[in-house]
Amino acid sequence: MSMVEGRPKRQEVRERVVVRFAGDSGDGMQLAGDRFTAATAAFGNDLATLPDFPAEIRAPAGTIGGVSAFQIHFASRDILTPGDRPNVLVAMNPAALRANLGLLDRGATIILNEDAFTVRAIQKAGYTSNPLEDDSLDAFAVKRVPMTSLTQAAVEALEDVTTRDAQKSRNVFALGLISWLYDRPLDHTEAWIEEKFAKKPHVAAANVAALRAGWSFGETSELIDVQVSVPAATDVPPGTYRNVNGTQTTALGLIAASTASGLPLVLGAYPITPASELLHELSRHAKLGVRTVQAEDEIAAASIALGAAFGGSLGVTSTSGPGMDLKTETIGLAVMLELPMIIIDVQRAGPSTGLPTKTEQSDLLQALHGRHGESPIPVVAASTPGQCFDAALEAARIAIRYRTPVILLTDLFLANSSEPWKIPDVGELPGIDPHLRTKPSGPDEPFLPYSRDDDLARAWAIPGTPGLQHRIGGLEKADLTGAISYEGPNHQRMTDLRAAKVAGIEVPDVEVHGDEDATLLVLGWGSSRGAIRAGARRARESGAKVATAHLHNLNPLPENLGDVLRSYDRVLLPEMNCGQLAMVLRAKYLVDIESYSRVEGRPLFAPEIEQAILERTS
Amino acid sequence: MSTVETTYTKADFQSDAETRWCPGCGDYAILAAVQGFMPELGIPPEQIVFVSGIGCAGRFSYYMDTYGMHGIHGRGPALATGLATAREDLSIWVVTGDGDALSIGGNHLIHALRRNVPVNILLFNNQIYGLTKGQASPTSERGKVTKSTPFGSSDAPFNPVSLALGADASFVARTLDKDKKHLAATLRAAAAHPGASLVEIYQNCPVFNDGAFAELTDKDHAALNQIRLVAGEPVVFGPEDRRRAVVHGADGDLAIVDLAAADEASIVVHDPTRENPALAFALSRLASHPDGPTPIGVFRDVERHVYASDTPPPAVPSAEQLDGLLHAGDTWTVA
Repeated sequence: MSMVEGRPKRQEVRERVVVRFAGDSGDGMQLAGDRFTAATAAFGNDLATLPDFPAEIRAPAGTIGGVSAFQIHFASRDILTPGDRPNVLVAMNPAALRANLGLLDRGATIILNEDAFTVRAIQKAGYTSNPLEDDSLDAFAVKRVPMTSLTQAAVEALEDVTTRDAQKSRNVFALGLISWLYDRPLDHTEAWIEEKFAKKPHVAAANVAALRAGWSFGETSELIDVQVSVPAATDVPPGTYRNVNGTQTTALGLIAASTASGLPLVLGAYPITPASELLHELSRHAKLGVRTVQAEDEIAAASIALGAAFGGSLGVTSTSGPGMDLKTETIGLAVMLELPMIIIDVQRAGPSTGLPTKTEQSDLLQALHGRHGESPIPVVAASTPGQCFDAALEAARIAIRYRTPVILLTDLFLANSSEPWKIPDVGELPGIDPHLRTKPSGPDEPFLPYSRDDDLARAWAIPGTPGLQHRIGGLEKADLTGAISYEGPNHQRMTDLRAAKVAGIEVPDVEVHGDEDATLLVLGWGSSRGAIRAGARRARESGAKVATAHLHNLNPLPENLGDVLRSYDRVLLPEMNCGQLAMVLRAKYLVDIESYSRVEGRPLFAPEIEQAILERTS
Repeated sequence: MSTVETTYTKADFQSDAETRWCPGCGDYAILAAVQGFMPELGIPPEQIVFVSGIGCAGRFSYYMDTYGMHGIHGRGPALATGLATAREDLSIWVVTGDGDALSIGGNHLIHALRRNVPVNILLFNNQIYGLTKGQASPTSERGKVTKSTPFGSSDAPFNPVSLALGADASFVARTLDKDKKHLAATLRAAAAHPGASLVEIYQNCPVFNDGAFAELTDKDHAALNQIRLVAGEPVVFGPEDRRRAVVHGADGDLAIVDLAAADEASIVVHDPTRENPALAFALSRLASHPDGPTPIGVFRDVERHVYASDTPPPAVPSAEQLDGLLHAGDTWTVA
């Protein structure tokens, strides 16, 4: 389909491309991006995506504040980040152009909806002169496409289609055009449209018409003279794949943990951006036995999870920054009760309400230390959208095995961005045995709820188990019996036991990647993994010797971490906070770790990591 | 295998933990009544859970030889909601106090009642903070002098029964720590009710608020001031039943009048099963504070949708179901 009869277009093959769709928050940019992603995944490219939207549901139309964008990086080799600088920007209005222009390198292509560049819209976007007429876009390849009128023309002949339906199909026109540009077949998208609007055939018809019109425009218009193909990735391990974001994989990991442990999954949650999506995702699986409760507040959400855990469920509560503050009291109780519980913090930029739709990793110290009293708890952090599955399973394994609350840190970037994910084999997932006590250990032998096994995990019996009735609570426990104890030496012993239990949790060693003769180690945690790996790869292409390592267990830390840190001349630690992990590691290992800190509400980018590496290796 | 019907005794519900309330505390009487009543349920102790919050009442869970959780301040109803979500097979009781339930935990209380979570909430109301040694509570009367209100509390108190009815509680009752028989009967009615039940128990704190309910419980005053609500009976009380509650005025307000002044047609006949809670609410407003005639008994007992009753209990997905879920949506295979 790349040939127009008698007028061949130039074909170009590229290894990787970054496309950014940008428009008003009501323009359907997320949907266009999402559909392009699905088609691209099905085509066989490796990919990573980054949705970027405003906090307001509908900020004033046409303003910079209301611009919503979706970026996708796709390639024929494995890729690690959603890309840094777009090769192509699709701008549906002047505000979208103005808000995103700074991201583009010279020579980048801008495909804009010419119809939207009215005097009023241009002013509303904050321009003092028309960017299409002054020289501000001279450095770019600008393709002016009258998307609104072309869409209108494509659908006006259809029955029952209103002007409004036509207006709402502009994004699909843009999708069709970009699909042509990158040689993506339309059948996948058309099937999706037919299914999505099955009950509104006229809307489905309008969307299909707009999609095809966009494609045809690309194919026939002389405006765009090159079609780019990005061949399917070939360095992908064999297996069955699907495209997932971190929210989906977190949910799947929790459900897998339920299957693996035999404990039903109960989620307590209160709506909060960006964690609400996890509540939505798990709520869809009620038929599988997953139970979700939308609680009256964050405190209740945590308490519901803990109450369910007491009853023998896998209790989970999910939230973001401000919600963590409120859950803290319940997490402290879970420490004392020594019950399994998972607290998921989808981090966003703080403090307070902060930037609710922007990412950050600044809740680490809160996760590690943000409770009163001596209350150590395990902390696990996910590193990529796909890896959220493993991280959720790991959090559950630790929580159940060691009877402890576990904080799972993800972030907004992980939750929203997507990548192809190799679907794991259910048969190969590790089992998690909850070792529930089901009967007294002998006749007339009292049940000792705070007796412990070799891993210091306490005996766990759930209500309904005859003969093992017992009481637990937030007051300090007497060793073994769990009775209330105010004795100082007992408090010392219990404090030591709780600390030793968490410190003794088995976690995998940290793996080092990269040059064996490197003198610089770039260490990371959380969602910066892709940017660090990609930045290191680029730096190596410039001749730098560098090693990378990534932490998934933040408490306890891998046993080999101290040796790893001490074996490099320099250690650089990029974080989307003001150096929180750097502070922890410097204190623990007395290694002079350098912090690379950014809190701009965006993920770390590969070029800045590359630059930081080059500055330290040359 | 033959089944042996087990009968339980009070001793089966007494834990070996040493009770540590102040001498003379009303909590002892409530504990004895609850332990004495439990065998009536015919439910094995391991199927019963007591969840409590913080405050003197919070210790209650340690003294019951059932499963128990002494939680955090005000969160008892939320913890119990989680437990009820996970386990529909348990008999769940929440023990709370006026500060725990109505101050720090007010939100959880009203939402447990709104959702009609199948738990029995026992609210020990002594109108004072006891464990923290004597501050005004959300049920302390205006003008009350306490350590935190040396010039008298200026805040208006909650009427817990009114509050619960306002939250559309399906079962609301009030009883007295000193009336063992009435207390047991009220517990019985609460336990029999499907969904959430709220039982306010006037409980004397001999140390920080002694005699708060003397007007209701003292021999000399009880007959004068206790308005015993009995289903199907006219609301009459006092010596020789010479006083009665009558509908007074067009807005449905109630008033207490003497026999001589009563229009017999306007005497309220109590019916806790009325769908409309207006009359129960009006009864609860007869006394905003127990310093005069005060209704005790079941104000409301109606059936409405019980939390989670239309969904199966949480279950564990099978490996096959998990596999299907993992492969949902668009997938592709790389050979």
